[in-house]
Amino acid sequence: MNTMRLTESAVDTDIKITAKDVQVYYGDNHAIKDVSVEIQDKTVTAFIGPSGCGKSTFLRCINRMNDTIDVCRVQGDIKIDGEDIYDKRVDPVQLRAKVGMVFQKPNPFPKSIYDNVAYGPRIHGLAKNKADLDDIVERALRRGAIWNEVKDRLDAPGTGLSGGQQQRLCIARAVATEPEVLLMDEPCSALDPIATAQVEELIDELRKSYSVVIVTHSMQQAARVSQRTAFFHLGNLVEYGETGQIFTNPVDPRTENYITGRIG
Amino acid sequence: MSNPDQTPAVAKTSLLKLDARTRKRNAAETRFKAYGMIAIGMGLLMLVILVFNIVSRGTGAFQQTFVTLEVELVAAKLDKKGNRNLDDIKKVSTFGYAPLLKDAFEAKVAVAGIDTGIKPKQMAAILSKSAAAQMRDFVIANPDMIGETVAFEFLASSRVDGYLKGRVSRDSIANDKKISPEQLDFVDQLVSEGSVTKRFNMSFITGSDASDARPESAGMGVSMIGSLIMMMVVLVLALPIGVAASIYLEEFAPKNWITDIIEVNISNLAAVPSIVFGILGLAVFINYMHLPNSAPLVGGLVLTLMTLPTIIISTRASLKSVPPSIRDAALGVGASKMQSVFHHVLPLAAPGILTGTIIGLAQALGETAPLLLIGMVGFIASNPPDSIAAGLMSPNSAMPAQIYEWAKRADPAFYERAWGGIIILLVFLVSMNTIAVILRRRFERRW
Repeated sequence: MNTMRLTESAVDTDIKITAKDVQVYYGDNHAIKDVSVEIQDKTVTAFIGPSGCGKSTFLRCINRMNDTIDVCRVQGDIKIDGEDIYDKRVDPVQLRAKVGMVFQKPNPFPKSIYDNVAYGPRIHGLAKNKADLDDIVERALRRGAIWNEVKDRLDAPGTGLSGGQQQRLCIARAVATEPEVLLMDEPCSALDPIATAQVEELIDELRKSYSVVIVTHSMQQAARVSQRTAFFHLGNLVEYGETGQIFTNPVDPRTENYITGRIG
Repeated sequence: MSNPDQTPAVAKTSLLKLDARTRKRNAAETRFKAYGMIAIGMGLLMLVILVFNIVSRGTGAFQQTFVTLEVELVAAKLDKKGNRNLDDIKKVSTFGYAPLLKDAFEAKVAVAGIDTGIKPKQMAAILSKSAAAQMRDFVIANPDMIGETVAFEFLASSRVDGYLKGRVSRDSIANDKKISPEQLDFVDQLVSEGSVTKRFNMSFITGSDASDARPESAGMGVSMIGSLIMMMVVLVLALPIGVAASIYLEEFAPKNWITDIIEVNISNLAAVPSIVFGILGLAVFINYMHLPNSAPLVGGLVLTLMTLPTIIISTRASLKSVPPSIRDAALGVGASKMQSVFHHVLPLAAPGILTGTIIGLAQALGETAPLLLIGMVGFIASNPPDSIAAGLMSPNSAMPAQIYEWAKRADPAFYERAWGGIIILLVFLVSMNTIAVILRRRFERRW
């Protein structure tokens, strides 16, 4: 299966996100050091590494969620489609509409399932009327692979769903605003194996339309869902390449130590 | 030499037999539970004593003694020109009405066959001083009734009222110039005849304060309006200002030494004695801005200052209790900071904000000290205001200030009314707190 993906990913080489010499500081703590990476479009890219290695921090740089943390400073260039997202003219709100995010813990709004998904399109004015909005919600829920489970109870609160359903609802909410990049911060860490399998299947499906970046603690998951993998260690990007190559033939000894379970 | 790796041999003990250590621990636990129960028991006992005292002393104020009397509205005295001209009728003062009461009592004694040694003037003295005014008001409202005989229900004087309630006895009035034992005998005769009765007194709840001469007609109503208008001012000002300030501090403000100082000061302000806010109000609102003395507007402004820290602290606490994941979720789908606050955080924090606001209002409702300084404590026997604007600007009192005013007057009849006023105030406070609890239960959401 991995070999098949290798050939597949060799086809699309469009670069979606380019990061160059990115430094992130939390106060005096230098959390990300000189990270340069090129993330491809229509690809699932996995960030792996031990806890505290900066993979989530780097992920949050891509949609500027780190702006909400007062002590956090970001230096260096991150470009999406050649545009510097840390340019003064860029409004982070607009950026986040383009770069959706799914969080570690399912965090549906304490509102109805419908309102959860409709919120993004509503604030961005994506729907002209109610019927339009209904369509968007249905499409998003179908893409979140949860439509069949909730279509009869769209008015029920989103918080009443099971953990796996909540996470898929959050993914549906993220795709409802038609983003170009989807960031996922350990989306399955709070889920059981069955829900995890459903979400992973969904991620593979989403790859057709988006550039997906996923942070995960599970190396098996990275191997299963991603085409490219980046290994972070102590704030450094140690190795970045085809998933198959990272897991079968790592160049750096630290990568090898990590994937064989000797560090982390 | 012992081997350090080897665990020391422990004497085998039975689980069925408690060792000394366990017994000691259990005893300590039992003692602690007992202390707790004693403390709670003492608290409850005090509460019971308090409630019993308030109820037993205050309920009297809700009842009042009334004297039913048929009075002939003699045309020759009330309308000398006989043309029913309202202006002429108004010229007759309450002194002109007083003789009618004497005549009415004389007639009553004759009809009912009551044998009494006292003079008609003394008979009329068992009525409240407000009786003549009550008659005059009636005549001015119904000039056609002049010449007829009308049955009035007059308030009895506070001594007679106290006699029926058991507060006044023949011994206690030995040196009292306002009433004599013979008058009490006369009251007894009227009671058995049925024209002196005790019943629920609505005007205690709706009426205005009255002078020392007639405690029987004093009521809480106008000061209640004063309190309500102040609460409106507090709600209208403190809620938006407090919520806006808390949202800014909690969600938008950078965390630096300036906001730290502001935060510390807000916490300190919550602990500032209320009289300090009173003198601030006196200096700023009355002396500098020249707002009227004793006006509920000024009282409301002072109480707003006092309530703001409470509202800000509780609002910030409830904003803090909204999980950050909700903010992340909103930002993650591209909501702006403000949208995330107003669409998601604020609705979730609303029950806490409401509860804090109601508790703050309840605190302000019971506050007396700042009102001392802006002149809302004192004898203010004004009529109910005609409009909200008049209510804001015209002198008024407030419920706790009215209670304080009554409690310091010499006549025991006012003392009873002070306890009655406390019952009304407590009813307000308890219902506000109940509303707070219901709102919290109702809108509390889980996530």
